Amino acid sequence: MDTPPNCLHRTFLTLAAGLLSAAALPAQTTALKGATLLPIDGPPIENGVMLYEKGKITAIGKAEDVAIPDGATVVDVSGKIVMPGLVDTHSHIGGVGAADRSGPIQPGVRVYDSINVRGSSFKRALTGGVTTANLMPGSGHLSSGQTVYVKLRMGEKTPRTIDSISYRFPDGSPMGGLKMANGTNSIRNSGEGGFPGTRGKSAFLVRSFFIKAQEYRAKIAAAVDEDGNPDATKLPPRDLHLETLLEVMDGKRIVHHHTHRQDDILTVLRLSKEFGFRVVLHHVSEGWMVADQIAAAGVPCSAILVDSPGGKLEALNHVIESGAILERAGVRVAFHTDDWITDSRLFLRIAALAVRGGMSRQAALESLTLAGAEMLDLSDRVGSLTPGKDADFIVLSGDPLSVYTRVEQTWVEGEKVFDLSNPDHQIFAEGGYGATDDITPYYCCYDHLINSENN
Amino acid sequence: MRTRFTGALLALMVFSSVSAAQVAVKAGKIHTVSGEVIRDGVIIVLEGKIAAVGPAVDFRIPTGFEVLEAAVVTPGLVDVRSTAGLTGIYNGDNQTHDQDMLETSKPVQPGLRAIDAYNPREELIDYVRSYGVTTIHTGHAPGPLISGQTMLAKTRTTTVADAVFNPFFGVAANLTPGAQNGAGAPGTRGKIVAVLRETLIGAQEYKATLAKYDGEGPPPARDLSKEALLEVLAGKAPLIVTANQAQDIASALRLKAEFDLNLWLDMAAEAYTLIDEIKAANVPVLLHPTMYRAAGDAKNLSFTTAQKLAEAGIPFAIQTGYEGYVPKVRVLLFEAALAAAHGLGPARALEAITLSPARLLKIDDRVGSIEVGKDGDLALFDGDPFEYTTHCIGVVIEGEVVSRVVR
Repeated sequence: MDTPPNCLHRTFLTLAAGLLSAAALPAQTTALKGATLLPIDGPPIENGVMLYEKGKITAIGKAEDVAIPDGATVVDVSGKIVMPGLVDTHSHIGGVGAADRSGPIQPGVRVYDSINVRGSSFKRALTGGVTTANLMPGSGHLSSGQTVYVKLRMGEKTPRTIDSISYRFPDGSPMGGLKMANGTNSIRNSGEGGFPGTRGKSAFLVRSFFIKAQEYRAKIAAAVDEDGNPDATKLPPRDLHLETLLEVMDGKRIVHHHTHRQDDILTVLRLSKEFGFRVVLHHVSEGWMVADQIAAAGVPCSAILVDSPGGKLEALNHVIESGAILERAGVRVAFHTDDWITDSRLFLRIAALAVRGGMSRQAALESLTLAGAEMLDLSDRVGSLTPGKDADFIVLSGDPLSVYTRVEQTWVEGEKVFDLSNPDHQIFAEGGYGATDDITPYYCCYDHLINSENN
Repeated sequence: MRTRFTGALLALMVFSSVSAAQVAVKAGKIHTVSGEVIRDGVIIVLEGKIAAVGPAVDFRIPTGFEVLEAAVVTPGLVDVRSTAGLTGIYNGDNQTHDQDMLETSKPVQPGLRAIDAYNPREELIDYVRSYGVTTIHTGHAPGPLISGQTMLAKTRTTTVADAVFNPFFGVAANLTPGAQNGAGAPGTRGKIVAVLRETLIGAQEYKATLAKYDGEGPPPARDLSKEALLEVLAGKAPLIVTANQAQDIASALRLKAEFDLNLWLDMAAEAYTLIDEIKAANVPVLLHPTMYRAAGDAKNLSFTTAQKLAEAGIPFAIQTGYEGYVPKVRVLLFEAALAAAHGLGPARALEAITLSPARLLKIDDRVGSIEVGKDGDLALFDGDPFEYTTHCIGVVIEGEVVSRVVR
């Protein structure tokens, strides 16, 4: 059991909760001791000590090598396993919704403007150890809009708005990527709303849009006076969609691209090369068939792992060995929940099944942490227990890859945000009356692919 | 030396021997389920039936047997409710290729037989078998108010006639809001129950009409739907009623009392709220997959319901059920594993996918445990069957090795 925070500490936490900045967290050092630490960027540390202050890790090592400062708050987690908070590179928690049915490419629409931070889906995700998530709009469009990277700062006070949980770009704007998709989800044979009816048309529409953005950039560059100084009066009218594509082509915003079939994956790699955008390939059901090409392109994969193949044609060749094959080819692999496709509460299970499929234990653990952090440009903040990074960690009852292991605690920036021994929290971990609120996932535009169920 | 090897090595050792008419299995641990765990044991399968089981020191395996080895052996798993075989691996706009689990042209169609839709060569059957399932209770899915019949089969790749060993087991009914979908469907909970009562009363009247016929004049016209319901009214075929929310479970229990039904509760996400009532009604529960999506009318489901049913002494088994999207079929082993880790414990979790469903399905004279005289249906593992990183390394049905995939 951990030592309860002292009264002073508690007061500080209460005051600090809900504030944005880690700098507002208590200045006092906290020492986590007694556990086997899995730093991820280094070998396991038995009987380790981790120090953190103001929500940031300051030291980590063996008990004999890391002195606990006088006056430090000590959290004793003897006998437990501690690893970094999990990074979910693709999740639909929070009631996400971005682009509507009016058109197939809507990069200016932000999922940021749709999130219900009080939704129980966040609380459930915390019970699974998720501390950072990429909230994605759906795959029913070629581009359904901007994603947002969030930190699950769900402490004593629930955050009041999305503003208090989103990561920020250096310029202060909400940090996220751009969701794109190809294959069948974004194809609509009706032709309604300008949606493509074939794969060839899908790529044509995407290429046309990127070229339009290139031309938009040229117009901006040409908005100068006779001396070559910027002249705002000559700027083209603002276009939120094209502005977003410029961020993508500038490398600021990563494309998170839904893609299953091997030829669709190669189409994404072609487009990425043609327009120079950074991309993470998501789902990649048939990625194992083109693992060498993905590796050669140096493009990382955020893969899905579900309990059986099928459900749609593109996913027929989904195999549990995907992670292992991609790893062997030299591809950086993360896994994601795609919640609600799989359950955030069981995110650790995905890595375990990947090991069942032949992936190395190390790569599997990285796939839930450091690899995902890299794919969100957040590896300087999260993904490993490293001095300087955020004190986001989870306390496990046993081996992270065992079915019998439970996530007992989740900590974000040094604050405990989930405790299995608290009945108010336990219900979100195990389910029960009131554990789930009604948020219907917003599929826009591929509902026709999903059979009606008994609910 | 104990037979504990890594999956790959074991697979090599196990399956390099020549195919033989008879099979013996050597295992570090034999979970008989009906009795004690046997360490360093041997199972001998002769002519499809288990001929002997016990400690290896007590046996010399006769020549001519294919000898399999595994760290752990369990009975072949029994899935108490599935739609695999009617449900195929695809999906899509056009469901005519392999999606035969939901007929929505009318809300009440108990005359639809499962055997007329079951495809024993369906990839999903192959898939679930590779994870140890040897017997399935499958059929029409929860959907319309009465969607059709269910059946029992071994998961062999063969003809329907050969795979099936009970062509008409039960009738599937649905009290969830899902029954409000489809042509002519009732539009409210009250109407769902009203239509179901009218249907059962109609079957009672049909029975009376048949009873009155004295052989004079033309016999009453046959009605395939009502004929199926006569089996339900007689208690020979259970009415398998899907209900998740407490009010729907309560409605099912009322119907049982009114019509003296052989009622089975299917899914039952909120069963934990009505433990006493379910126990008093002596109704078995075909519990939802542990990892079923907590959404819609199943939003209040809990990972701990299996434990609560077990502790209350309510007969239950864990099912894989039916969902419309991915995963296209669930892995029974994984669903039980999560229940095992949430209070049920490994022994009771294994029973919930072997002997318990066999008893409910009244086939425990043939399957569900490793006992002399029962069918030689076995699942082989390279470790704790419930651990995520363990593999199912072989499956035997009636003495025939039907899966050699390491999965």
